[in-house]
Amino acid sequence: MTSSFLLDGEEVPFTPGQTVMQAASAAGKYIPHLCWHPDFAAHGSCKLCTVKIGGGFATACTTRAAAGQDVENGTEELTAKRRTLLQLLFVEGNHFCPSCEKSGSCVLQASAYEVGMLSPHFDHFYPDRAVDASHPDVLLDFNRCIMCELCVRASREVDGKNVFALSGRGAKSHLIVNSESGRLADTDFAATDRAAEVCPVGVILRKRVGFAVPIGQRDYDARPISQRVVEKLADGEQEAG
Amino acid sequence: MWTPSRQEEGVAVTNIESILERHAYEAHRLVQILRETQDALGWLAPETLTCIAHRLQIPRVQVESTANFYSFFHIRPLGEYRILFSDNITDRMLGNQALMQALCEKLWLEPGRVAEDGLVSVDTTSCTGMCDQGPALLANYRAITRLTPARIDEMAHLIRRRVPVGDWPPEWFHVEDNIRRRDVLLDHGLAPGEALAAALDRGPTGLLGEIERSALRGRGGAGFGSDIKWRSCRDAWGDAHYVICNADEGEPGTFKDRVLLSSDFDMVVDGMCIAGFAIGASKGFIYLRGEYRYLLDRLETRLAQRREAGLLGRDILGRGFTFDIEIHLGAGAYICGEESALIESLEGKPGKPRIRPPFPVTHGYLGQPTTVNNVETLALAALIAVRGGEWFRAIGTPASTGTKLLSVSGDVARPGIYEFPFGVSVAEVLEAAGATDTQAVTTAGAAGSCLAVSEFGRRIAFEDVPTGGSIMVFDQSRDMFEAARNFAHFFAHESCGFCTPCRVGTAVNARLMDKLALDRSSPYDLDEMERMHHLMQGASHCGLGNTATIALRDILAKFRPAFDRRLHSPDYEPGFDLDAALSQARRMTGRDDAGAHLTDNRSAHAGGHPSEAKP
Ligand SMILES: Cc1cc2nc3c(=O)[nH]c(=O)nc-3n(C[C@H](O)[C@H](O)[C@H](O)COP(=O)(O)O)c2cc1C
Ligand code: SF4
Ligand code: SF4
Repeated sequence: MTSSFLLDGEEVPFTPGQTVMQAASAAGKYIPHLCWHPDFAAHGSCKLCTVKIGGGFATACTTRAAAGQDVENGTEELTAKRRTLLQLLFVEGNHFCPSCEKSGSCVLQASAYEVGMLSPHFDHFYPDRAVDASHPDVLLDFNRCIMCELCVRASREVDGKNVFALSGRGAKSHLIVNSESGRLADTDFAATDRAAEVCPVGVILRKRVGFAVPIGQRDYDARPISQRVVEKLADGEQEAG
Repeated sequence: MWTPSRQEEGVAVTNIESILERHAYEAHRLVQILRETQDALGWLAPETLTCIAHRLQIPRVQVESTANFYSFFHIRPLGEYRILFSDNITDRMLGNQALMQALCEKLWLEPGRVAEDGLVSVDTTSCTGMCDQGPALLANYRAITRLTPARIDEMAHLIRRRVPVGDWPPEWFHVEDNIRRRDVLLDHGLAPGEALAAALDRGPTGLLGEIERSALRGRGGAGFGSDIKWRSCRDAWGDAHYVICNADEGEPGTFKDRVLLSSDFDMVVDGMCIAGFAIGASKGFIYLRGEYRYLLDRLETRLAQRREAGLLGRDILGRGFTFDIEIHLGAGAYICGEESALIESLEGKPGKPRIRPPFPVTHGYLGQPTTVNNVETLALAALIAVRGGEWFRAIGTPASTGTKLLSVSGDVARPGIYEFPFGVSVAEVLEAAGATDTQAVTTAGAAGSCLAVSEFGRRIAFEDVPTGGSIMVFDQSRDMFEAARNFAHFFAHESCGFCTPCRVGTAVNARLMDKLALDRSSPYDLDEMERMHHLMQGASHCGLGNTATIALRDILAKFRPAFDRRLHSPDYEPGFDLDAALSQARRMTGRDDAGAHLTDNRSAHAGGHPSEAKP
């Protein structure tokens, strides 16, 4: 038996146990998100998928769908909140999109375009985060890390390796790798790992393939992320990368 | 810097091994293992973390992640002596900053830096819960109260002469209870175990009935109905049930749980046993905040005595009920007071709140049904087991039954613990504590509202002014902006970093407050804080982010002149001084003529916000 809830006034069917995000995606509706990925358990940390249910805020990725729920998603209030959340993520790290290898296929950048974010707005934090180029096949540029923990989850759950973890607290949070030296080269990480491909931003980068697809012809250059994500989900493609 | 010799390395490994053995190589005891290892070795070196990971058979990243989450663990050497000044606003009002400055000068140190010779480091820490006898500090994590310039002088000598902290004058470590007003709880007159026996007589159902009749609400802040929590935990299916006593007491300005543990520990233990009896648990934990380390040995001893006396452990009071308690020590993280973060910490992980639902009552410690209660709630449950629900309900107000312990500090003649029935007015509390010329009162630490004089007639109760017990009093001489700035920094320091709005939002707020403090702000910056308030409230993952801006916004609204005074101009102002930024270039080039200076900062960023660039 399927039930349904309302998403911005439109009926969305769901099967019991699905979250609002899962049901919406399956129905071809886009709710902005960074730390959520269909292949992994919900994390609920980026808060981009914050929606309004019955007058209160909730994350769509962790909230179970329920019959008769009235979910607001695309309202100006929520879009403004998401814009601010994205601005916070931009100033917290160091993002120079024009020179970034990930530009055009970056979920953070594409989400910013999606909600009409035109400037970072807040003063930049300019954190000092050193790059790790020790691994023969992969570069880690921590400057763009948004703490979504997708690589952490992919490495643990799919690769069975536990290469990554978040360390530190609060604004000092940062990604670490599983070695005493702190260098990726000293872990068992491989470029073929699922974790290498799941990063929604430009932190985990494969070496020597950087600009194989020119900027301008990349995933989100042609179409907005709202359209791409829905297409990909419909085709059963993997989302990030 | 100190480097171990081969022989010392051998000792180090033996130390770790015996610690691990004591904890049965259980990975969920990682926080305790790290604490004891650090106690033994001075710091948590990279190879120490590797060794622990290896022996526990868990990924090294997991160990490092936990080690690097807690303020009191250090993965870099921080000196033989680690001095941490309590930096709550009440410590500031008592002059902690000048004392810290003085100590640093005497030791030729900069705050936050380790001395060149690796001897000592001096820094600040969040509220240590000694507000009634501040300024306070932690010396190698042991609390020292009532600091004076003379004590600081002598401390510098002791450090330079390398006298172990254990040999410092014992009176420095003396912590007073300062109980100023007793009511039904602090005057209970019960013998240890008396409440427990009464509960056993009533049986679980009878006991739950009394708790329900009492309408007891949790004293940890949220005021959740205790009977509902216990019932849902009891009804939840699981292999084992657990009781956790939340003694993390991290809210700035509160110290009532410390006093209960110190002067009425048996009441708290009785309460835990009763909770265990009610929900069907045989094991309980006390999560004691790291700042209260000095209580640990005493409490352990008392637990052992109770086991001897048949008041804890197997077959309690010879009536077939088995329940034991273990104490876990925190390591400096306010967020661990949040119940799901507390449980993560108990399981050896960084203290980050879990996704809810499921709630701890069904999926708590090790995934099992768990009830987390405040120290005071448990003590009250013990009282109710003896005197009955009806009796308790007659005290206080309809929606807030019973009494409340208030930790009163700041500008009052008699700081300390006051037990009042709920419904007492703020003015009555101020009167009792000897406050004069009061300007403002914060009623829920850094996380709640701030009342101005016109509101002192309001009543302390869930239906009017809710409180976890932290009453901080500010007289007319105080600058409320500084209180707000202290709180903003507190939250930036204590945010766990899990979710975007709180991790970055608290940092933005702290920066904005610093900008104001430097007299470089415009009304635009005040609007920014308002905006951050609207984002963080609702979008944050847990109570920390959801309450972090309430006091700030309250103070901004009610004490606006304190902020306006600091506004530099009516337009946008950048947070930095362009001309000052050029000073280094001037020094390097040896130029100091007029052309090497920017006379008008504003000309440099004509066109609006300096960071208005496309992402
Ligand atoms: C950031 C944060 C810190 C908290 N700190 C404490 C604390 O130190 N002690 C406490 O009892 N409850 C604290 N709480 C509330 C607990 O999560 C929980 O509600 C409480 O322990 C339940 O006990 P009670 O029902 O007896 O009130 C905190 C909550 C949050 C969100
Ligand atoms: S990671 Fe994305 S948002 Fe960041 S600089 Fe690269 S393209 Fe831009
Ligand atoms: S609101 Fe703050 S403390 Fe709570 S989960 Fe988010 S970052 Fe952590």
